[in-house]
Amino acid sequence: MEILVCIKRVPDTAENEFELNSAGNDIDRDDLVYSVNEWDNYAVEEAIQIVGEHGGSVTVVSVGDDESEEVLRREMAMGADNGILLSDDAFEDSDSRGIASILKAEVEKGNYDLILTGAQADDGAAEVGGMLAAMLDLPYASLVNQIDIDGDKHIKVGREIEGGNKEMNEIELPCVLSIQTGINEPRYVGIRGIRKVAQIEIPVKGASDLGIDAGSVGKDGAKMKRIDYFVPDLGEGAEMLEGSTDEIIEKLIEKLKSKGGLA
Amino acid sequence: MAQIFAYIPHKDGVADDIAYEIQAAAGKLDSNAQVTAIVTGSGDTLDKVAGHLTSLFKEVIKIGHDDLAYPNAEVVRKALCNVLPSDAIILAPHNTFGMDLVPGLSIKFDSACASDVIDFEGTEGATLKIVRQVLGGIISTHNDLDISNGAVIAIRPGAFAPVEDGSEGGTIVDKSGDAGDISTKRRFLEIVEAEVGDVDITKSDVLVSIGRGIEEEENIGVAQELAEAMGAVVSCSRPIVDAKWLEKSRQVGTSGQTVKPKVYLALGISGSFQHMGGIKGDPFIIAINKNANAPIFQVADVGIIGDILEFMPELTEKIKDL
Amino acid sequence: MLLFGPASYKLFGFIPGYIISLIIAVIGIGVFAYIIVRRIAPLVRSAPDHRTDNLAERIKKVIVIWLVQYRQPRYMLAGILHIVIFAGFLVLSIRTLALVFVGFSAGFEIPGFGGALGHAYYFIKDYAATFVLIACVVAAIRRGIFKPARYAAHKNYGTDHTVEAVFVLFVISVLMLTESLFEASGAAYNFNKAGQIEFFPPLSLTWIFKGLLLGFSFKTLQIVHVLMYFLHDIAFFFFLCFLPLGKHFHVITSIFNVFFMKLTKGKIKPVKYGVSEEELDALESFGVKKLEDFTWKHMLDFYSCADCGRCSDQCPANTTGRPLSPRFITIKARDLMFKNYPLSGKIYKSESLVGTIYTEDEIWSCTTCGACEEECPLGIEYIDKIVDLRRGMVEEGMVPQSLQKPLSALEKRGNPYGKMEKKRADWTNKEEFKEECEVKILEKKVTADVLYFVDSITSYDDNIQEIARRTSKILTKARVDFGILGKVEKDSGNEVIRFGEELLFQELRDHNIEAIEKCGAKKIVTADPHAYNTLKNEYPDLPPVQHISQFVAQKVISGDLSLGDAKNPEKIYTYHDPCYLGRHNGVYDDPRNVLDAINGLNRVEMKKSRDRSFCCSGGGLMLFYEPEEEVRMGVLRVNMAAEAGANVIVTACPFCLVNIEDAIKVAGKEGEIEVIDFTALVEEHLV
Repeated sequence: MEILVCIKRVPDTAENEFELNSAGNDIDRDDLVYSVNEWDNYAVEEAIQIVGEHGGSVTVVSVGDDESEEVLRREMAMGADNGILLSDDAFEDSDSRGIASILKAEVEKGNYDLILTGAQADDGAAEVGGMLAAMLDLPYASLVNQIDIDGDKHIKVGREIEGGNKEMNEIELPCVLSIQTGINEPRYVGIRGIRKVAQIEIPVKGASDLGIDAGSVGKDGAKMKRIDYFVPDLGEGAEMLEGSTDEIIEKLIEKLKSKGGLA
Repeated sequence: MAQIFAYIPHKDGVADDIAYEIQAAAGKLDSNAQVTAIVTGSGDTLDKVAGHLTSLFKEVIKIGHDDLAYPNAEVVRKALCNVLPSDAIILAPHNTFGMDLVPGLSIKFDSACASDVIDFEGTEGATLKIVRQVLGGIISTHNDLDISNGAVIAIRPGAFAPVEDGSEGGTIVDKSGDAGDISTKRRFLEIVEAEVGDVDITKSDVLVSIGRGIEEEENIGVAQELAEAMGAVVSCSRPIVDAKWLEKSRQVGTSGQTVKPKVYLALGISGSFQHMGGIKGDPFIIAINKNANAPIFQVADVGIIGDILEFMPELTEKIKDL
Repeated sequence: MLLFGPASYKLFGFIPGYIISLIIAVIGIGVFAYIIVRRIAPLVRSAPDHRTDNLAERIKKVIVIWLVQYRQPRYMLAGILHIVIFAGFLVLSIRTLALVFVGFSAGFEIPGFGGALGHAYYFIKDYAATFVLIACVVAAIRRGIFKPARYAAHKNYGTDHTVEAVFVLFVISVLMLTESLFEASGAAYNFNKAGQIEFFPPLSLTWIFKGLLLGFSFKTLQIVHVLMYFLHDIAFFFFLCFLPLGKHFHVITSIFNVFFMKLTKGKIKPVKYGVSEEELDALESFGVKKLEDFTWKHMLDFYSCADCGRCSDQCPANTTGRPLSPRFITIKARDLMFKNYPLSGKIYKSESLVGTIYTEDEIWSCTTCGACEEECPLGIEYIDKIVDLRRGMVEEGMVPQSLQKPLSALEKRGNPYGKMEKKRADWTNKEEFKEECEVKILEKKVTADVLYFVDSITSYDDNIQEIARRTSKILTKARVDFGILGKVEKDSGNEVIRFGEELLFQELRDHNIEAIEKCGAKKIVTADPHAYNTLKNEYPDLPPVQHISQFVAQKVISGDLSLGDAKNPEKIYTYHDPCYLGRHNGVYDDPRNVLDAINGLNRVEMKKSRDRSFCCSGGGLMLFYEPEEEVRMGVLRVNMAAEAGANVIVTACPFCLVNIEDAIKVAGKEGEIEVIDFTALVEEHLV
């Protein structure tokens, strides 16, 4: 099975404390550390496991700047066979649709049975996978937390839905799936693994290589444009509720109601 | 502004409560909007839901088909494409169904797409200003959405204060005939229910989390009752798991689960650094603790100094009375 | 008619005894040589190891640990029994060797044993045999009837070896009895025949047997004499060939194992001996994945294990029900060596050890506390093996999710919590502290005599930062010109190397070394024993490193610091030895001396203290690991303190503090017992 996994380099939420820059129009990126989007990492692990069991190859692809090569390499150290970087000044500030159309151009150059994305990334939109599938006219399932390969025509996938339940579907190949965390236990990638793949050439493709009209992607092509960042109002320290038990409970219930704490 | 449609999910013949929030969101989007609800499904349940929604929406479009009996987003998307105008503004919930439906729908309509939207801040010409969060909810952003060719917008459940139940007396329009070919390459098979006792606290929006303040194993039940009344799930800190009063899967912390709830009720939890490390996404934290110096009060939004064993039963009673 | 010796006796009237002796010896030695060659086969294919340095120290180890059996009495009864048998063996080995020759040549005498020396030897030898027999009987009763718990085999790990143990005791007893009967029957014959009196030590076996045999006929005595000789000869060669087949291989290998034992503590072995750090990238594989990846010394360890169970008896992981028992790390590997390298037939191809004989959790369960190595009477090592196995697992990606995040944070941020570098010195900014004590940050040409290396947990954990502030106050009080590295300090990496992430450790180490060199300090002080250990033992060419307890002890003696009267004379304190201060670095007395310098402070010792201190469950990355266990190590430790009658546990390690603090809550002993850090106690009593 030929599998393509789309990955993204994102600021590592576990290892960063985000603050706005002094101008207030962006996050302070000076001290950020980046890594591969957590969901994408599960997708790559899943792809590696599928190929390990059923044969084939795993290709990881990322749309981003030169530094995205770092995450491609990391996933190759994990076990992906090939890496492709899609990078062009024209791609900057693309919205999800822009990213999906860039990926689409690359997908069409290959012959993939399965295309995986992470369920979502740092912007929490969870859009690229579904858009890519629609552009390619391929069937799609989001939030996939189980994949059973039971033939080369179609596969069985489980989607994680509310209440911890699992929605089982049969889906035809080729298809696009967005992968939910917890589908597997991604293997560890140590420094040594990365050093081992340090010398492997990763092809970089731009808009012209992919046959993409520069105006259709990037800032110009975007239907959604980010204007600014801001920190939502957060109180400092706890607001202490005082009074009789009854009064406190009344106040507490009001708080719970307003914050969606009561179903 | 183009016509606004609201896709309303439903289950067992009852519309999802998100309907009230979508109606509210639509009002925020355009106060003069005439919002049309869309429901898909089959048989009696569809009619029942459509009928119910007439109290909330002026117009309710229903699309009935045997293949729509289960809300398979791939099928629903095809039906909507065939029924709705391509410049429509479509609102849907940003939940597990919405994530399946929305992005692809925007491509099929060649319209704008915005997901997990938590607020609208007005329209200028064909530009809609939306608010959404990034980086796990730590930072918010303003975004311009070009809706000149319509838009598909998924709103975050709980972000818009729901409207009151109305008495619109709307009409039902049956567009089942327009749905056309809705065959797809993805077939729904079955729902595998989560195993009993195998609660995934990482997926719960509201957690009633207990720590050492619970004192004895017998008191776990008191917390369970409170959680039940709140529609929440019980989680805990490490000592509770060590004492084997709850399963490991319920432990919040660096050595347990990382949770991202909206509301976190910390009962008798001191708020150790290891425990707080397991709470992500900046939830609304309510802390009840006997110890006024407990570090949890520094990170909580609301604090109460007191004995959880006193508070829990009374709170449960009051919530049940609501 | 004179008594025939075994060499001149004619079996069945015509086969000369020496022929039989020769056949037995040739077969015995041949089989033994063959077995040993087969046993050496895996060692030939093993990884290299460097064990020939520091000859003087090695000879000392052989004398102290092997010959004097210094570690044996740590388990009193078993230890004494072993010393008796071991000493008996040493004495009787000469006699046994001589007896082999007696089989060829009647009247053989060991050169030089004709006179007084010989008499002295025989005197000692007779008692040795007697005591060995008694020890065997006691040991057999102990093993076979009382069955001490530590010999039991965990159901997951394999069978226990009681039958083998008792059988060997039986064979030894046979050797003792036959030798004595051989001797006694000859003496009885000679006495009856010629009135020749041979002196035997009273109440020795030979003495008793001689007495019993005097009444028998010459013929009977002659038969007994020859029969016992050949029985002894056969038993001896059987025993020799039986040894390499099981846990009694240690009788042969122990002297080598002790000679080659690890001499340095607190330092993890290189990835591969003979491969420099620069050459590591060229290595095809890291760590131990299959049997042959172990070094020859580690394989010798497996052969040498006597299955005495002391390691596991001391192991905190085993005690708390984690899926790890050091004894079975060895036994399972030895069984695999026996299976893959059989005595005959072809050698089997090795499979991955983790997933076959070991489990992932088993290997991650070790806190590297070192209690097992401290105890082993044979000098078997465990930490390096565990780390080697982890190196292999890390390369294969087999790292639990709970450890992946802190490891990635260490790689990116230099601390396991993922906190920002620029906040590493934030602990210095607490207001009340800032007024009282200024901490220099050694950057941009700011220098100091002493570098205070803070390390991650003390820098970032809100509750532990107090240790940093107190350490600073103590240094200030002692009028030391000191500073910290601030944001350029990274985690010392003590646990990073021990969790098998060798290259990440090297990056952290090299970064820190450069920063330390640049800061120009002439001395390093730290309050974290884990940092202390790795800086001292695993960072090359650093200025001298001291733990704060050593520093305070020194300054109290010099008079630069003085401690007042006990603030809480009614409390009873006990000192908990952190593994990386005590066992790994031998710092036992300094902290105790400081506590005792506080006038009126009551201090008691826990039963398990000093080199038998019980690990609190480990530090660094161990805090993130989620083991399967029945009870927390810390809880057991708190109970031990309570048993000793203490109500304050003093420790000198931030991780011990965290773990014991938690454990007191879990044990429900809040209010009864408390834990404080060494620096807190000192600061409180500074005058």
